[in-house]
Amino acid sequence: MQKNNRLLNSITLLLVSIVIFAVLFLLIYNNIINEFAGDILKISGIYIIVALSLNLITGFTGQLALGQAGFMAIGAYTTAICVMKFHIPLLAALIIGGLFTALFGFLIGFPTLRLRGDYLAITTLGFGEIVRVIMVNLEGLTGGAAGLYGVPSFSDDFKLNPIMGFIWIFCFAVATILIISNLINSSAGRAIISIREDEIASNSMGINVPYYKMFAFVFSAFIAGIGGGLYATHFGYLNPSMFNFLFSVNIVVMVVLGGLGSITGTIIASCIFAFFTMYFLPLFKDFAQNVFHISILDFNQVIFATVLILMMLFRPRGIMGTKELSFVKLVKGIGFNKTQGVK
Amino acid sequence: MEVLNAQSISIVFGGLKAVTNFNLKLEKGELVGLIGPNGAGKTTIFNMLTGVYTPTSGKILFGGKVSGEGSMQSIAGLTPYQITQMGIARTFQNIRLFKDLTVLDNVRIAFHFGVKYNALQAVLRTPAFYREENEITEKARDLLKIFNIHEKENELAKNLPYGEQRKLEITRALATNPRVLLLDEPAAGMNPQETHDLMNLIKFIRDKFDLTILLIEHDMSLVMGICERIAGLDYGQVIAVGTPAQISKDPKVIKAYLGEEVETGA
Amino acid sequence: MMEFVQQMINGIALGSVYALIALGYTMVYGIVKLINFAHGDVWMIGAFTGYFVLAALGVGPLSIILAFIVSMIVCAIFGIVIEKTCYKPLRNAPRINILITAIGVSLLLENGARVIPFIGPNPKQFPTFGNANMLFMGINISFVQVIELGISILLMILLNYIVNKTKMGKAMRAVSHDMNAALLMGINVDNVISFTFAIGAALAAAAGILFALAYPQVEPYMGIMPGLKAFVAAVLGGIGSIPGAMLGGFILGTAETLTKGFISSKLADAIAFGILIIILVIKPSGILGKNQREKV
Repeated sequence: MQKNNRLLNSITLLLVSIVIFAVLFLLIYNNIINEFAGDILKISGIYIIVALSLNLITGFTGQLALGQAGFMAIGAYTTAICVMKFHIPLLAALIIGGLFTALFGFLIGFPTLRLRGDYLAITTLGFGEIVRVIMVNLEGLTGGAAGLYGVPSFSDDFKLNPIMGFIWIFCFAVATILIISNLINSSAGRAIISIREDEIASNSMGINVPYYKMFAFVFSAFIAGIGGGLYATHFGYLNPSMFNFLFSVNIVVMVVLGGLGSITGTIIASCIFAFFTMYFLPLFKDFAQNVFHISILDFNQVIFATVLILMMLFRPRGIMGTKELSFVKLVKGIGFNKTQGVK
Repeated sequence: MEVLNAQSISIVFGGLKAVTNFNLKLEKGELVGLIGPNGAGKTTIFNMLTGVYTPTSGKILFGGKVSGEGSMQSIAGLTPYQITQMGIARTFQNIRLFKDLTVLDNVRIAFHFGVKYNALQAVLRTPAFYREENEITEKARDLLKIFNIHEKENELAKNLPYGEQRKLEITRALATNPRVLLLDEPAAGMNPQETHDLMNLIKFIRDKFDLTILLIEHDMSLVMGICERIAGLDYGQVIAVGTPAQISKDPKVIKAYLGEEVETGA
Repeated sequence: MMEFVQQMINGIALGSVYALIALGYTMVYGIVKLINFAHGDVWMIGAFTGYFVLAALGVGPLSIILAFIVSMIVCAIFGIVIEKTCYKPLRNAPRINILITAIGVSLLLENGARVIPFIGPNPKQFPTFGNANMLFMGINISFVQVIELGISILLMILLNYIVNKTKMGKAMRAVSHDMNAALLMGINVDNVISFTFAIGAALAAAAGILFALAYPQVEPYMGIMPGLKAFVAAVLGGIGSIPGAMLGGFILGTAETLTKGFISSKLADAIAFGILIIILVIKPSGILGKNQREKV
């Protein structure tokens, strides 16, 4: 039965999350996973949140957005300022950061979403850049180009920090996955996907297309803002140049790699991305420098660019193909569900 | 009882007068056909009636979802989704299914604007959510059964054979619970047997769902077979209106389709 | 007042460069409905090619002409190759796929240039004419600006001739109107598209050298901002409209220079995006553009 499958799916997702959580928690707490590995996990978590936010507007609604880093920046700075200047507790600060970012999503989305999709891409790109410039110029508030130091971390206790950070990020990541997954597998989710498939037909079937585009875009901004807030808290330091166009593109790479419209794919691709950039690439840093005289950072952008092109040419559905992980079926050992993927 | 009233609607694209002074009144329960050569402006009229285009002049009045007499509302200038929600549904000449979604989902999407649960209930997976999701699925399946494509509910729409894609388009339009249904070349690409089945289906749904149907068709067996009234269009203007018998003999209609007889020296 | 006219001259000179780049964007968009994100980077390649020619042969009237020719040919080839390998396979794919690919190509060119040994991330000094300029009624017009304007206008006239008076130009216009109809009329659509990319790239190449003559630092990321601004210019004038691109380029160049001269230089970059937002809100089809209806 459809209903039982859905209910079982959500429950299984929760159970699986709890199991994974417990395993990782013990590993981190007992220092089997060291701080560096823990960092990779945490960054993966943040990437999952932000990449899912992009997937919502781009993968599911079909509107290309190139400024997620800009939304992250707003969330990051808002959260940091809330905690540092107004002593607001972290959870509230994160939500406020998300809401403030959503407000900007609304302001940007309003004029542009009614236009052709290409225009949203350029506008969000421009928006990301403008956010950066504004952050640099609001020196009093944001510390300007020099950056904002001393953003309070997840815990005041230095020793508890790694585990607390892990708990916060993990919980938010799972919440994001659950929320987006439940949203997509509902009538509103189908309405959103129909916009991607054929906007005119969707409109003619009674779907209020402008409303749902806005809904997806604003919600996506909200989530990206929360991701930014977690980012700020994790690093303890903010600088406008951290949220540049390259970062926005990297998020696009994660979503494309995982597959536009695939939640499982995004999760996997975000983890791969974090692991690749934080562990794998630095291994070759010296090699690249001494043998080829190039910076590994430049080279990884070449790799990402090639990934984007090759994925779009040969496997637009991403690494997961048309398959979305169905936890129920996985548990039953059967296989995968057909996904709400894209062409 | 009048249900749809197009009063002298015209539309101009750039310098081109695509449709001029189109008049049509639909009475409740009627099955009316719109015929004419390609480029006559038939689909353009559909587009105006459903809000995809806004007429440059004229009025469109629609009876909406009210069961009583009167209260006709002007709908020219409204958006397609508003008009659909009010009760006019359509299919497309070039099929516009949601190709990468399943047959079932294509129909379920058309139920969406009537759904009562909100996004929060969806996210939290309340009992109300599950109840309504099941309701939608059941209703969708019932509609699919009428058109005999329910067995393929999990197929991707793009994988259906052409004839079934056309049927799915109609099913999807029906799911919006319309009062008036506009069918744009529903029999295109169908063989005579399929066309015959379609004719019966159209009459069946008109009766079962209390619909008023306006259809565009080139297949004369279908048009003559089920339409009670026919309007003939050429170069954006109505050239004849009447019963099938009258239209088939109307010289202007014949000329528009076949051209004039050439006088030959004996 | 003098200052204002001076800045206007500067703006028109800069605008002519933007116009040349914008033409590439607008022609490609008109014909395949793609925002070619990589266009600004092709412009960068044009500047670098010019650099290498001049570095090898030294500065002089002949070598400069050669630099233009070589650069335009090289970039035209780049344009065609990119189109055939990355864009053509996606012609029937959803728009989002080809947009993402274009971003990929752009990044590949930029960062590829940074890792290639003979280019590298560090800026190179483009040869210049020095500070030769003329004083004309109290206004300073540099030799470089005269060349900028002169060559830009020459190329625009040439483009106008090609588009309006040649068979290929007619084919280009036909394809941008309705690709399928053109196909049915026996037009080799693939060739027309390649030709369009080639011309757009060649114009960008010329613009690259002109820009480098005025602002003599070339580095791999130099194409990002001017590319974006030129795109805004194309939208401003009406995306898909060739006169629109020229008009938009000049307007944007003047707006930017006036902002830099009279308001603040920090805001000069932001003015382009400001113009973009304004035009998208007021008249998305641009000054000379027409509303394109999708056939339903």
